[in-house]
Amino acid sequence: MVNEINYLDMYYQMVQIRRMEEKAAELYQQGKIGGFLHLYIGQEAVSTGLISARLPQDRVITAYRDHGVALNCGLAMKEILAELLGKATGVSGGRGGSMHMADPSKNFWGGHAIVGSHLPIAAGLALGDLYKKKDSVTICMFGEGATNIGYFHEALNLSKVWNLQVLWVCENNKYGMGTQVNKASAVTEIRQKAEGYGIPNERVDGMDIMAVRKSSIEALMQVRSGKGPYLLEIMTYRFRGHSMGDPERYRTNDEIKKWEEDDPIGNFRKYLMREKISTEKQLLEIENKAEDDVAESVRFAENSPEPKIEELFKNTYFTD
Amino acid sequence: MERISMREAISRALWEEMERDSDVFIMGEEVGLWGGTYAVTKGFYDHFGEERVRDTPIAESVIVGAAIGAALTGLRPIAEIMTINFAFSAMDHIVNEAAKLHYMFNGQFVLPLVIRTVSGGGRQLGATHSQTPDAIFAHFPGLKVVAPGSPEDAKGLLKSAIRSNDPIMFIEHATMYQVRGEVPDGDYTTPIGVSKICRKGKDLTIISYSKGLELSLNAADELIKDGIDAEIVDLRTLRPLDMGPVIESFKKTNRAVIVEEGWKSFGVGAEISSRIYEEAFDYVDAPIIRVAQKEVPLPYNRNLEQAALPQIKDIIIAAKEVLNG
Amino acid sequence: MADIITMPKLGFDMAEGTLVRWVKREGDIIEKGDVIAEIETDKATVEVESNYSGVLRQILVEQGSILPVNQPMAIIGTEDEDISSISLIKDELKVPKTKRNQEGKEKTKKVEDHASGQVMDTSKSRFLISPLARKLAKEYGIPLENLKGSGPSGRIVKNDIDLFIKDQGISSVQNDKDQIVPLKKLRMIIGKRMTSSKKSIPHFYITRNFGVDKLFDLRTQFNDAMDGKAKISVNDLVVKATAVALRRFKNLNASINDNDQVIQHGSINIGIAVSVEEGLMTVVCKDTDTKSLIQISRETKEMAERARAGKVKPSDIEGSTFSISNLGMYDVDEFIAIINPPEAAILALGTAKEVPVIENGSIQIGMVMKATISVDHRISDGAEAARFMQHLGEILQSPIALFVDI
Repeated sequence: MVNEINYLDMYYQMVQIRRMEEKAAELYQQGKIGGFLHLYIGQEAVSTGLISARLPQDRVITAYRDHGVALNCGLAMKEILAELLGKATGVSGGRGGSMHMADPSKNFWGGHAIVGSHLPIAAGLALGDLYKKKDSVTICMFGEGATNIGYFHEALNLSKVWNLQVLWVCENNKYGMGTQVNKASAVTEIRQKAEGYGIPNERVDGMDIMAVRKSSIEALMQVRSGKGPYLLEIMTYRFRGHSMGDPERYRTNDEIKKWEEDDPIGNFRKYLMREKISTEKQLLEIENKAEDDVAESVRFAENSPEPKIEELFKNTYFTD
Repeated sequence: MERISMREAISRALWEEMERDSDVFIMGEEVGLWGGTYAVTKGFYDHFGEERVRDTPIAESVIVGAAIGAALTGLRPIAEIMTINFAFSAMDHIVNEAAKLHYMFNGQFVLPLVIRTVSGGGRQLGATHSQTPDAIFAHFPGLKVVAPGSPEDAKGLLKSAIRSNDPIMFIEHATMYQVRGEVPDGDYTTPIGVSKICRKGKDLTIISYSKGLELSLNAADELIKDGIDAEIVDLRTLRPLDMGPVIESFKKTNRAVIVEEGWKSFGVGAEISSRIYEEAFDYVDAPIIRVAQKEVPLPYNRNLEQAALPQIKDIIIAAKEVLNG
Repeated sequence: MADIITMPKLGFDMAEGTLVRWVKREGDIIEKGDVIAEIETDKATVEVESNYSGVLRQILVEQGSILPVNQPMAIIGTEDEDISSISLIKDELKVPKTKRNQEGKEKTKKVEDHASGQVMDTSKSRFLISPLARKLAKEYGIPLENLKGSGPSGRIVKNDIDLFIKDQGISSVQNDKDQIVPLKKLRMIIGKRMTSSKKSIPHFYITRNFGVDKLFDLRTQFNDAMDGKAKISVNDLVVKATAVALRRFKNLNASINDNDQVIQHGSINIGIAVSVEEGLMTVVCKDTDTKSLIQISRETKEMAERARAGKVKPSDIEGSTFSISNLGMYDVDEFIAIINPPEAAILALGTAKEVPVIENGSIQIGMVMKATISVDHRISDGAEAARFMQHLGEILQSPIALFVDI
């Protein structure tokens, strides 16, 4: 079973993410967003393509570069921005911030700040589905930096040993914070690590949304068929720093420029036009709509109330 | 009523809850085929099967992490960490994830998770296998920490923990599994977060939990021969901490000794004495005395080990000291 | 040149006082006569006035300190003069006492040595006491200096309070209906003095009826004549009469000292008991026998008012040589008073009543007041006291004796 492709919707989502992230950067520099802000600019094709392939029962869990993923999972842009502004109307009521967005009703399980810590949790989500004999696949996204930490190994190992239905998706954007892959990882092809766990794997071009989607569909089918976990290494690039405030001393402007020529949105735009799937006019309309969405979301977020101080302790425990 | 051991009480709680609710399952190292390194889950594998009694690799982070994930899907996993010394390998998942997910995501994530583990020294296992760092886990809001001192409480509290929707660390004690006590028949639960005066007295208040409680009860039997009648409060839960019976007792006796197996510095006694001074300052007739492990990694040698661990005689000395202080 | 305020001697037998409260603070501008502190003596809490003007530059002792008389308490000087050399006094100060020995009369010059390890701070009175014991002491109104500590380093603990209470006979058995009323300071002072008086002075008593018809007549005449400009009471008349009577009985206007000497006082200063909110105070009319009735009346009234307002002056309550206590307004037949040490005697007046009297063999109605004198048997004896009462009776019966020497 495969989701029918909706090209325009995919394009729309990518542009929404791009504009939303650009706006978030602005708001951060205005001091309206606190803490850390990790932007998805340049990686839009990965989550959009990947999640377009999922079935409703499939779970998505990711690390802290999660705004785009949240949007792809169906969370409202205005609630994402409200969360960034710490408002009560935010995805997590202002309690979580940029790195902790989630909505179980949309099968989006966060949003996690500790590098690699969500991988064991992903294994657990799949364990729960196995226990209840559901055919859901848990799609676990993480960066290549996370493949060096113990949690990665424990989780991949367990997923294989217990035959858990997890699609491990490594977004390889070449830099773990400021450290190049070859300086941090014994093998630069991350998929080789999956090899070590007997987990089938492949590498995909993350700047090409169609390629991402195709591989995702195939991978999901494989996992869902009971053959156990699979690892997708999706090659991508982030055009901005690791997070706001990253001085980016670890790469040159030339390098960034070069990659920007390989902009996934631009690529997809060209593709849609070339394949005559949509017209320039349609695409422009979509782009304008996305801008409107952002403007409206900012208005919503800025006008939303702060969480009540009296509710500081709410949800510390389930039973209070 | 039946007189059974701590081990039996815990085992029965697990068995009964697994029978009662098919969403309850156990995962951990050697819980299945081995039957548990403290024999708590002996016989479970054969009865409940490998789906519900899951042997895991030696990988604490994923044991707790996967338990968290499974709990998020609506199951009621009981993750076993073989000893609390290994819990440090899962520290991130215990205190960063389990304790915080419910809060960070504004209540959207519910974690009906129990982490069962074992504290305590005294078996010459060396420093890294003999710790009682219970206080550390009690430090984190969002996590509940339970540590029973009697078979009756062990059974009732574990049942409550399994049925609770909060992430709960259930700390058993390595040298208490054979302690016997009266346990009611049938199904019953003991409320989490409620302390109990388990021995009425009038001369001083001894506050303790887990192993310290066993030692204190023994000390009290000795003290009464010297005409000293100790009242003993069993905390049973470290977080949330119920000071009610403690203060009630202290207001009566005005002198207290706190007994724990962990180290004195930054420990359970530090918290409780602080609260007594805060909540009952005008009732303090002498400085509160803490009986705890000596500030040293626990040695292998038997005599050295016993010299470092708190003993019944230490409690007796402390009781007499606090009455003279 | 800066001035030093010292613990004043507020009574001839005062050896030490408690600095209860500083009314002024360091840096305040002081005028001569300003009240700067409240001091508690055996007798009462008294306001202390500054004898100097200037700025209160330094306070040398903390509230609560018990200080011997003449101990420096504060420095008053100009705003900017150098007082560093004077401030050094602070370090040389005798250590203020923190505890008093309960047994026997305290010879005040000695500073008691306490158990080693006790914290002695030259600027504070510090008790080692557990929080519980402190709370209980407060509840029972037990001054901390009355307690001996049995805890480590002499710390006062609950047990010490329990023992004290038992010792003092204060009921420590509480039931729900009992109400604990802590003793007020004045009551405690009175209690201490009266206990000491009863214990150490051998009292004897003589009761006599006084015909006071003429006294009442005189009062009426007097007040009529004054026409509202002044007013005297029967008590004023009795006070004067007593003072006049004492002229001939110097032995009853006396005190005994520790060297077995009787000091017959040069002045006759009548102490008049006045009821105040917290108990009883004795205001003193100096040289009563020489004062006019109007003076006696006015002074007594003013002092009584000050006493009731809690603003009594040291001179109001010091120096009495003979006391009178009048319960006449309460319809009391007679009563026996306890001598105010170090006086020799005290006169207790009952209510003046109309009763049948036998005059010239027939029954008449007469105004009779019963009075009882309590006397220190170390100083005087029954015969002398009886003669005094007789003489007083003569004066009361012929009040003209108040104005001329009969």
